[in-house]
Amino acid sequence: MIVKDAVCPFCGCLCDDIEVEVDGDRVVAVTNACELGTKKFMGEKRLKNPILRDGDAWKDITYDEAARYAAGMLLSAERPLLYGWSGTHGEAQCVGVHMAELVRGVIDNTSSVCHGPSILAIQEVGHPGCTLGVVKNRADLVIYWGSNPIDAHPRHLSRYTRYAEGFFLDNAFRDRKVIVVDVRKTETANIADEFVQIKPGGDYAVLSALRAIVRGKTETIPRTVAGVTREQLVRVANLCKGAKFGAVYFGLGLTMTRGKYKNIRNAIELVSELSRHTKFTISAMRGHYNVYGSNEVNTWMTGYPFGIDFSRGIAFYNPGETTAVDILARKECDAALIVGSDPAAHFPRKCLEHLAEIPVVQLDPYPNATTAFCNVQIPVAVTGIDAVGTAYRMDGVPIRTRQVLSSGYPSDREVLLKMYTLMQEGKGQ
Amino acid sequence: MTELLVKNACVIDPLRSINAETMDIAIRDGRIVEEVSGAAEVIDVHGMLTMPGGVDSHTHICGTKVNFGRYMSPEDMRAGRTPRRGPLHATSGYSVPTTYGNSYRYSVMGYTTLLEGAMAPLEARHTHEEFIYTPLQDTMANTLFDGNWGIMEAIRDGDTKRVAAIIAWTLRAVKGFGVKLTNPGGTEAWQWGKNVSCIRDPVPYFEVTPAEIIRKVIEANELLHLPHSVHLHANNLGTPGNYTCTLGSMGLVPDLNKKRQTLYATHVQFHAYGGSGWPDFCSKSEPIANFVNMRPQIVMDMGQVMFGRTTTMTADGPMEFNLYRLHHEKWSNHDVELETGSGIIPVIYRRKNLVNSIMWAIGLELALLTESPWQCLLTTDNPNGAPFVRYPEIIALLMSKKYRDAEFATVHPDTAARVPLPAIERELDWYEIAVMTRAGQAKALGIQEIGKGHLGPGAYADVAVYPIRIDEVDPSVDHQKVIEAFGQTEYTIKRGRVVARRGECLIDGSNATFWVKPKVSEAYDMGKDPDFIEKFDRYYTVRMRNYPVQEEYLNRNRCIETEAEI
Repeated sequence: MIVKDAVCPFCGCLCDDIEVEVDGDRVVAVTNACELGTKKFMGEKRLKNPILRDGDAWKDITYDEAARYAAGMLLSAERPLLYGWSGTHGEAQCVGVHMAELVRGVIDNTSSVCHGPSILAIQEVGHPGCTLGVVKNRADLVIYWGSNPIDAHPRHLSRYTRYAEGFFLDNAFRDRKVIVVDVRKTETANIADEFVQIKPGGDYAVLSALRAIVRGKTETIPRTVAGVTREQLVRVANLCKGAKFGAVYFGLGLTMTRGKYKNIRNAIELVSELSRHTKFTISAMRGHYNVYGSNEVNTWMTGYPFGIDFSRGIAFYNPGETTAVDILARKECDAALIVGSDPAAHFPRKCLEHLAEIPVVQLDPYPNATTAFCNVQIPVAVTGIDAVGTAYRMDGVPIRTRQVLSSGYPSDREVLLKMYTLMQEGKGQ
Repeated sequence: MTELLVKNACVIDPLRSINAETMDIAIRDGRIVEEVSGAAEVIDVHGMLTMPGGVDSHTHICGTKVNFGRYMSPEDMRAGRTPRRGPLHATSGYSVPTTYGNSYRYSVMGYTTLLEGAMAPLEARHTHEEFIYTPLQDTMANTLFDGNWGIMEAIRDGDTKRVAAIIAWTLRAVKGFGVKLTNPGGTEAWQWGKNVSCIRDPVPYFEVTPAEIIRKVIEANELLHLPHSVHLHANNLGTPGNYTCTLGSMGLVPDLNKKRQTLYATHVQFHAYGGSGWPDFCSKSEPIANFVNMRPQIVMDMGQVMFGRTTTMTADGPMEFNLYRLHHEKWSNHDVELETGSGIIPVIYRRKNLVNSIMWAIGLELALLTESPWQCLLTTDNPNGAPFVRYPEIIALLMSKKYRDAEFATVHPDTAARVPLPAIERELDWYEIAVMTRAGQAKALGIQEIGKGHLGPGAYADVAVYPIRIDEVDPSVDHQKVIEAFGQTEYTIKRGRVVARRGECLIDGSNATFWVKPKVSEAYDMGKDPDFIEKFDRYYTVRMRNYPVQEEYLNRNRCIETEAEI
């Protein structure tokens, strides 16, 4: 059987033109997807059933036993942390918010360790953006800043920018200029019309210089800024001002380097400045396929995109205090539910030391680095492969993923609902 | 079977011409009935003012831009928060509350039906997801067609039936309710950083004018026999002198429908400005109201501004950019491929600011100068003019000259020379307020026939009981009592259940979503049209098969089918 128009649950591009050939309960071929997506569809070895740590060994348990364990753990915790969420569907994220609210826990998603600073910048100065199709059809200038789509979002270039057809471009490949700004010559830099190499940590200065040039203050610019010559900066500024439609896509190279959210703020303000001359937009290259969805769900349900603390009943948000890394580093939380992410592979050692000390339940289709820290791991269906559900693309477009095969695994939502029901009973509701 | 009897209600039900009659309201299984058995639960309301549940025919509560308003504004989220309590979830936000915040606060004010004013088709799924978490109101969504490529091309080709066919396909796909035009043509121009100045300005590349878009989409809307008329946010919002553009747009509208208006002009306050610039900015509410008074085919809503902080959000991207250049606050913009756009900025309306004071006056003037309350409905374009929680104050201002004068004394002193408000003596009565807040809104939306906006047998049992006896209160002097009464119902009944009482919501409900499915002939099914399919595949970034919103996204699915003429 061939499933057409399947949605790839890997990165924030959320490509929805994938063809998946299925033989029984196995994917045998994948067309249109990039290497990363293909690998995801082809699958890895999954756990067969929930497992419970039993001394140095693992013991098989049922889904009901696992749900009871998790519900009991969250109900008895004083400061539970519910973390992850970007690798699951929106319907499951909604249940997660209700769970956190019920036990007055902290709910945080992976943005706090990826584009969290971008969100802080947006909360200061806003966000002039657009959907990916606007760029595809109109942009004659695309800037990748601190992002390397060839490796991280391989089809971004072919679906939306460099190699994409555009309604208003006669010959899109020729008429569309691509600028890459990075600290090293990446694969993406090789296909750029202009490569701007910045000394590490120099992004903020370069953005400031470009803003000054756009405002007509070129004479204030020194001969080089963070290793970039004034001539190149003027050339880039002129390319921007001369474009009919410019689009900036930035990645963690801008968000998580020196300057952090101030870099993003500066980039957004450059785009706002350019909007007075021509059309310009800016957007984040979101990583996980539904990390943006976790921001959306948290926002409509609690008011905040990540790092929400319900310990006083109300939703309280203070990144740096109410975010997962901080809660763990301060050894505050006494239980953790991890859903659709792998903090052990990404968090600082100090956080993991504490994670090793407290009960941890993880929902994930696959064993991962966090499995080593778990008391219970519950295997679930993969959204977009053996479960349906809503995901939000990096530009905010919501897409319902398709189920391409039946595996018998429950979805994240089903498992979480089971826990939530038990928790409500436990609370006498 | 569940039965409820609301006894001794002082009922105002304008769609049935009932004006302050004391009567009992019988409810069975969520509907109004003639009578109930002796086993019915009885609520005696002792002569309190009782009306059909409130209907808001233009509000921004759910979807991409609303959520972005929250996302970018933690300061607004902090400005209004309540904890989880009993069946109620935690809420955050003042001007853009979370979905639960919107739902609970509307319910406490007696509102049971809400129309989201602007849904981009490509992002419709988001709006519907938020509807699910708006538990205490039935919802429906205006669908944006202002910058739709297929429609502009069909208009350029002079093919009105194709315009209708594209609307039909899209409404059906995205589970939309009505047809919304926001700055028609302007949102497409804005994707080049440009705008259209008024209705005769051609849209770049597509070479159609806003006037052509408005007229053809109105014709298409009527070909499809949609319950609601075209819902227009006119070009040129917020600019001095824009009233001529508004009059020009209204002048395009024929009278094509016997049951309702042919055009719903929204938040007209923002479109009733005189002057050649900010220095001579003034009210032009009189020519607008006079024009509407002579044209039954037009219904408008106020778009009242109230002083204080709020968040502006609209599909009108270029307007928000202009506002950003005035205010220098944070600015968000979100263009949507082949369809429309949106913009958001926070604002503070100040009494000490002359322009803001004039804006405040214009909204009230429109309501007071429009003779028929059925033609000027009460809104703030929530949250653009003010958050909806300010409605009770607006009601009190409309009912009391004394209160208006007292407020007028606190606004910018030069306002008096720029607006007619101080000379207007009219005070609206309870009946007129009932028209402007439910009956008129239901009629304008075309939902009275499915049982909304009235309390006749067969209607949805959506009832608002306000803790006020209208024979004991003189609204022209007791404006504080009016504000208190409309701010908090004694009972809000939704589908036959008491959902709110004295400021407390009692249950976590489950709403219904109303949407429209026009039935068109095979020849006009765009899902089978090769040209439509080819353009979709080439220029959208979502596959056509993945575009429609599945019925799983509708909590209670209320599809309204219409027989189209195509």
